[in-house]
Parts: sequence; C-alpha cells; structure tokens
Amino acid sequence: MDCGGWNDPRNGYPMKKILRLSVNGKPREDAVAENALLIDYLRDTLGLTGTKQGCDGGECGACTVLVDSQPRLACSTLAHSLAGRKVETIESLSHEGNLSRLQRAFHEHLGTQCGFCTPGMIMAAEALLRTNPHPDRTAIRAALAGNLCRCTGYVKIIESVEAAAQEQSV
Amino acid sequence: MTAPRGVGARLPFVDGIEKVTGAARYTADLSSTGALVGRILRSPYAHAELLEVDISEALKLPGVRAVVTGADCDQPYGVIPIAQNEFPLARDRVRYYGDPVAAVAAVDEVTAIEALSRIRLRVRELPAFFSSADARKPNAVLLHDNKPGNIEREVHNEFGDTDAGFAQADVVREELYECAEVHHAMMEPDAALAVFDAERGHLTLYSVSQVPYYVHLTLARCLKMEMAHIRVIKPFVGGGFGHRTEVLNFEVICAMLARAARGTVRLVLSREETFLTHRGRPESQIRMKLGLAKDGRITACQAEVIQRGGAYGGYGLVTILYSGALLHGLYDLPAVKYDGYRVYSNTPPCGAMRGHGTVNIRFAFESLLDAMAKELGLDPFEVRRRNLLQAPTETINGLKVLSYGLPQCLDWVEKASGWIERHGQLEQKGPLRRGLGMGCSHFVSGSAKPVHWSGEPHAVIILKLDFDASVTILTGAADIGQGSSTILTQIVAEVLGLGYDRLRIVANDSAITPKDNGSYSSRVTFMVGNAALDAAENLKRLLVTAAARRLKVSVAEIEWLGEAAIVAADPERRISFTEVVEEALVGTGTLLIKGTFTCPPEFQGGKHRGGAVGSTMGFSYTAQVVEVSVDMDLGKVAVEKVWAAIDCGLAINPMSVEGQVQGAIWMGMGQAISEETVYEQGRHQAANLLDYRVPTIVESPDIDVHIVESLDPNGPFGAKEASEGPLSGFPSALAAAVEDAIGIRFTALPITQMRVFDALQKKPQTTPPESVSTASARGDT
Repeated sequence: MDCGGWNDPRNGYPMKKILRLSVNGKPREDAVAENALLIDYLRDTLGLTGTKQGCDGGECGACTVLVDSQPRLACSTLAHSLAGRKVETIESLSHEGNLSRLQRAFHEHLGTQCGFCTPGMIMAAEALLRTNPHPDRTAIRAALAGNLCRCTGYVKIIESVEAAAQEQSV
Repeated sequence: MTAPRGVGARLPFVDGIEKVTGAARYTADLSSTGALVGRILRSPYAHAELLEVDISEALKLPGVRAVVTGADCDQPYGVIPIAQNEFPLARDRVRYYGDPVAAVAAVDEVTAIEALSRIRLRVRELPAFFSSADARKPNAVLLHDNKPGNIEREVHNEFGDTDAGFAQADVVREELYECAEVHHAMMEPDAALAVFDAERGHLTLYSVSQVPYYVHLTLARCLKMEMAHIRVIKPFVGGGFGHRTEVLNFEVICAMLARAARGTVRLVLSREETFLTHRGRPESQIRMKLGLAKDGRITACQAEVIQRGGAYGGYGLVTILYSGALLHGLYDLPAVKYDGYRVYSNTPPCGAMRGHGTVNIRFAFESLLDAMAKELGLDPFEVRRRNLLQAPTETINGLKVLSYGLPQCLDWVEKASGWIERHGQLEQKGPLRRGLGMGCSHFVSGSAKPVHWSGEPHAVIILKLDFDASVTILTGAADIGQGSSTILTQIVAEVLGLGYDRLRIVANDSAITPKDNGSYSSRVTFMVGNAALDAAENLKRLLVTAAARRLKVSVAEIEWLGEAAIVAADPERRISFTEVVEEALVGTGTLLIKGTFTCPPEFQGGKHRGGAVGSTMGFSYTAQVVEVSVDMDLGKVAVEKVWAAIDCGLAINPMSVEGQVQGAIWMGMGQAISEETVYEQGRHQAANLLDYRVPTIVESPDIDVHIVESLDPNGPFGAKEASEGPLSGFPSALAAAVEDAIGIRFTALPITQMRVFDALQKKPQTTPPESVSTASARGDT
C-alpha cells in the first residue's frame, strides 16, 4: 500500500520544530510537532511512560508533572510552551536507586493500590512538600484536589504524605 | 523486610516499588515501536438496523492497513455461556449510542481518524428505549428477538411462607427505592495491544483484563483460532472494580485488527469510550416490603427489583439473581419472596460492579428496616441484633454460613462512633446540621460454582523451585491493584518460613502461568489463597523429606526453620535452605509443585433454578457508622467520618484489608452522594471524570477500620473477602445520617446537593420526618 506523503505537512500533518528544555535534569533538544502535548512528548518521544493518561484532558490529574517545581497537567500543556523550562517526572524522584521520601511513604503506607494515579499523585505531593514541608491535612487535601484516585478512598494517600513530611523533618 | 511473619504482616505490596517509581508498565505503556494505531467507529444511533457498512473509501486511504466490520466475526460472545448475544462489532443491528460498528488499523492516529470518517453507514433507525418502563411497554420493538418484552431474565422465587410471615407481623411496610446507574471509573482507561505472528498464525494479546482466561477462550471463539495459538498477557492493570470481569469488545477488536493487518495493533480507548464500554451497576427500582414483630424480629421480606440492563446480556442474569440471593445470609430471615426483572434497553450494557447485585437492594432493605425500627421505637443497632444469624447455619435459600462476626462488628462501631451518646444528639451549629447513621452488609468470598464448569479445580497454583534456591510462584490470578500477588506471596512465605527475598511471583501470562478463572466475586484470597497454601504445604513436605535424607534421620525428626532444617533432638545437626534445595533436586532437577482448591458441591448453592448464584464458602460481614453534616442553606452533604468494622475471617495483610475497606466504603460514598450516568436520548452526558462526579480528596472523610477475625473454617488461615462487602452498607447508612441531621429520609440515590436543597425547600418546618423520592428530578433517563 502506498504510504507516500503520510508524514508530510502538506497533507495536514503539523510542522516539527526544535524544542530545547530540561527533562529530569538532562538538557534535551528534540524535533517535536508544533501541536504536540507534553504528555505525548514525554511518553512517546522520550519513553517516560511513568506519566499516565487517565482521561481525555484535564479531568483526573494522573499526568501531573513538575514544571519549574510547579505541578502541571502534561495532558493540557503544549510541549513547545515549555522551551527553556525545567520538567520533572516521576522517573526523576529516586536518587541513586533509592526511593524518595514520598515514594517510600506511598509504598510502605499503601498510598498506592493499582498504581495508576500514583505518579501524578506523588508529583503533586512533591510540589506541595517543596513549598510547605509540614502541611496539615487541609493543605494536603487542597494540594491533591485535582488528582483522582479510585482505589484508596484517599485515606492512606493522606497518611503517606504525612509520613513523608515527618521523615523529611527528621 | 518489615515483618518476620508471612500471614498477618502489614507487608507493602510486592509490586509497589514499580508503582511508585513509574517503572510499572500498564498496557498503554508497553513498547510498541512500529505498532499500528487502532481506532473504533461507534454507532451514532441508539437503535438502528444496520443495512450497510461501506468501508471501500477507508481502504483506499494511504496508510490504512486493515478495516474490520461485523462481517469479520459471526461468533457471538458473552460471559455467560447460555446468554451470548454480543458481537465484537455490530452485525445487522446497533443497540446503543457507542456500539462498535467498524475498526481500522493505520500507520498513525491522523490516518486512523481520517479512515473512520470515510466509513459510510446505511441504517434504518428503530424506536429506542432508555428506561426499563419504556422497554417493557407492550408493543416495544425487541432489542433481541428471542427475548419477549425486552426481559433478559425474570427471577421468581419464594423461600419460607411470606404470606404467613406478613400475617404474623405487627408492622408491615412497603417502600419504593431507586438507584441511578453508576460506573466503575477505574483510573486506567481501556487498552489492548495485539501482536499477530503472521508466519506462524499465532496471536499474543496484552490487555487490561481481570479475566485473562475468559479473554483467551473468547479470542479463540471469535477469531476461530486454536486456543494453543493464542497467548494472553495481563500487564499492570489500573483497577477494574468489575468493568473488566467480562471480555470487552475492544479486546477482540484489537485482535481482529492485528490479524487482518498481519502485524501489531495498539488500541487505546479514550475515557469517553471507556465510559461507553460501561458494564457498571444498573439503574434499579426496588419495591421492598418487610414485616416486623413488635420485638423487632423480621417475619417476612418481599422484594421486586427491576434493573435497566442496557443493550446486551453480559453478566445481567447473574446480577438479577444475586439481588435476590443476597437478601439472604446477612440476617436470619424466615420467609423471603423475590421477583426480579432484568430489562434490555438502548444504553451501554451493564455488568458486574463491586458488590455485584447486592448494593442497591441492600440500600433498600437497610433503609426500610431503619424506618420500621423507628416506628417500633427500636434503635437501629437493636433491631439488627434481634435478627442475627447463629453460625454455623444454612439460610432458607441454601447458603452456608460457617463464620459470622457481625455481632462483634456491631459492637465495635457502636462504641467507636459514640453512637449511644451521640445519635440524634449531635450539636447543631449555624446552618450545619449533623447526624449519624449505620448500616450492615456482606459479600461472598468467591462464587462457589464457576461460570465455565469444566470439572477442573477452582484454582491452581504452581511453585517453581530451582538450582538458585529461589521459589517462584506462578499464578493466573489477576492482580489489578487489589494486591492479590502480595497476599499469595505472604501465604507461601508463611508456610515455608522463608524471607520475601527468596520469593518471586509471576502473574498472568497464559504461556507460563496456570489457568485461573480471574479476579471477580472476591474469589482470589479465598480460592487461590487456598491453592497457594496447598502448593506451599506440598513443597514443604518435599523439602522436609530431602532434609531428612541429607541428615540421615526420619522425617518426623526434622524441625523446619525455613532458612534451615535441624534435627529436633540435636540442633547442632542442621543444613541450610540452599543445601536442602540441592538435595531435593538430586535425581529430579527443577521442581514444579502444584496446589489446587475446589469448593465442595455442598457449598454450591440450593437446588432451585439459579441457586448457584450467591453460593460461597464464606461471607464477609461489615457494620459501619457514618457521620454527616448538612448545610441547611446550600443542601450540601459532607461525610465527616466513617467507622467500619469488617469480619474478613483473618487479615492476611491488615494494611491491605484496611485499604480495601476504605476504598469500598468510599466507592459506596460516591454512589450515595454524587455519581450517576446520565443519558439524553441515549447519548451519554457524563462520559468524563468531571461530569461523572467521583469524589475528590477534598470531600473524602477519614475512615477508621477495625478488623474482626472470625476464623472461617475453610478460608486460608481463616481468611475471607474484604473488598466488596463494605461498599453495600454505606448508602443506607448515609441516608440514615442525613435523616438524623435534617429529618428527611431519601429513598433515591444519589443524594446530591441539588436534591437535598430541593427537599429542604419543600419541607414544612415542623412536621415529623418524611420520605422523599427524588427520582422525578432525574429527567427522562
């Protein structure tokens, strides 16, 4: 079957442009379609599949990543809008193979069951702890309000964030 | 590891590290370089005859590698062998808005979408029915020609003498309860990856299934392939809650596309498509009638249930049977009459959802029991205590109850919640009114009779022991996030006395792991757990024999320490586990040790038609108290706190039990206060996670969980289920708490802010509590 021209901008495919940014501490320089979403760039171009797509755009928070330490929905962000910025995903959190304090707390306190919301949940909690190292439950709830979980009822998620905050203060 | 023990340890999930690091690969995460993109064309009609599906223009589009339609599969499928009436792609008729009609595989998404737009449908539209009442009207067009009246299944049974029971009663009351349709909304959208090896004619399917074995059978049937040429793999799965307990159309479609394209196809559904695939809890109308003696004893129960089942059979007949069967087994009921109607409608098919068949009828039963207890001046706890079972016993419909911790559950939640001092007496502050309500519930630990009766055991586990002195647990039980792999590992660790670093578990690859019926009806801990226990005991026996041989003593003289074996009378004579393994492999090599479990026939239910549904070897029991506040100005109900006690027999992993109970209760909360599907002329109006209102963390309460261990005689180490039972008690407990707060008893779910607000506007300020049905507010759905 003739597939000539199927990737050609003249046939309605978007132009690609060079995108320069930092992902998980490494400088990147990639040819990325102008209309590419951050989530597709991360998952398809870079193979960082830890960031999950749980909805059709901005409903569930599973794709939460950090942009300059602020939580952002990768499904609702154009990749090219982040030129020169610093993106962090779940894959960046562990250090020298060891879990981060939030990752360890979510693991040990069962803040994760099926795990699908977990990367986004942990990234949102990471953003919280960076600005507020000792959040109360109201602050935790507010910071995670955009992240849905269908397994835990959130009880052990809150306990996990509290445990991580305590470990941080030790 | 955090705990020295296997069973009873608060062990983090064995696959938890992958989940918190992002390393866990779900179906959409699998490497698919070069895979074609699959897309489904869905019916834009709620009900129509399909006269022609013209794919010629789509096939001409460069980059399109395959287009399949209903003409490519003439084999109906469905989870119940006697009720298969669904095709992966519609043939002759489309029955709901969203019914798959055709599918394409193309080199990229843009091409796939363009190809779908070039497919032309020629149809003759038919009258469509979006409510049970409309579908049952005398001259309604039939969705399925062999089902008169659009009734998929009627159930009528009576146990005991209900006429006599009502005649004996001091109070008889009847009430109509209504529950909106709800959906699982598991976090991972549906996805499949199919790899067709054209040279060999073999197929490998990766999918999100809870039932890979059923998927395997169905692929063979629909694609007319040898089962031996198919391999089904379940990667990490992001929840299921019943959505994935039957084979879903997209799984078969993905395989059809891969074979037609002679390659690899990745089919990832949108959240909207996942909502349309549905299989959730049906919209239900329940007419409940109870008779009570003055002392609170229930003398008779009569229930009529109508479920709007959607367009195809699915689990429908099981759901309508469950609703009747699980009226029993919680309390001591002397007489029960049940009439159930499962109705076809032009909406997405319903199916199994957490608490299958029991949730809505439990809401009705507990609600009416509360109302009648109040009339008799009995406390809600008291009326339940007057109707407890005495285990061991058998219910009048033939269900065995051998362990029964409900009394202890009641005691704990009554005390923990401060019920006696606080019920009806909570402080009212400003516009906030506070209240307490309670409810009880139960659920099966696995359906005692499998859907596909093959004469095989209910569960099989294999343990592989090899030169490296590690033990690999091979299981077909689908871990979908509930932690089944962790529970099985704990059981094996307990029996063998080994550390977790020696144990690995491999789950769900039909080429490697033994067949398992799947993760549904809360069967895995009980049934597969028992098989794991059996396998581990078989392996231990063999290891002890090897140790005795090496130490030149009799088997009886060996004391097994797990990491070592010693001669009991002479502890100096010891050998390490590694040495025991060396000895055990002499002359035989790699060991594959099997364990099995079978539910004996006496547990497989009563002899009446449909009697197998509801039968189980052990019921879990839950009591819970819910505290709410209601804003009198805004109508907003906030769940402030829940206390729950569960009799799960024994907690193999108490942390996991807590997680299951909290998750179940919270899911019940979603159904009780905010969740409902909405169809407008058959079109889903809430097929996303904003309009379908899953509770966020902000509106979710603390949930205290207490575990009661009744030690079931047949459960592994006494364990029963813990993840479905707690859900069904919540909705009525919430309705009771709202009544305690504002004096209005709601009889329809969900009890949304809008409905509470409307009821508050209508409520005269001084009259006593009344019943309010809000069903009419739901529009034409």
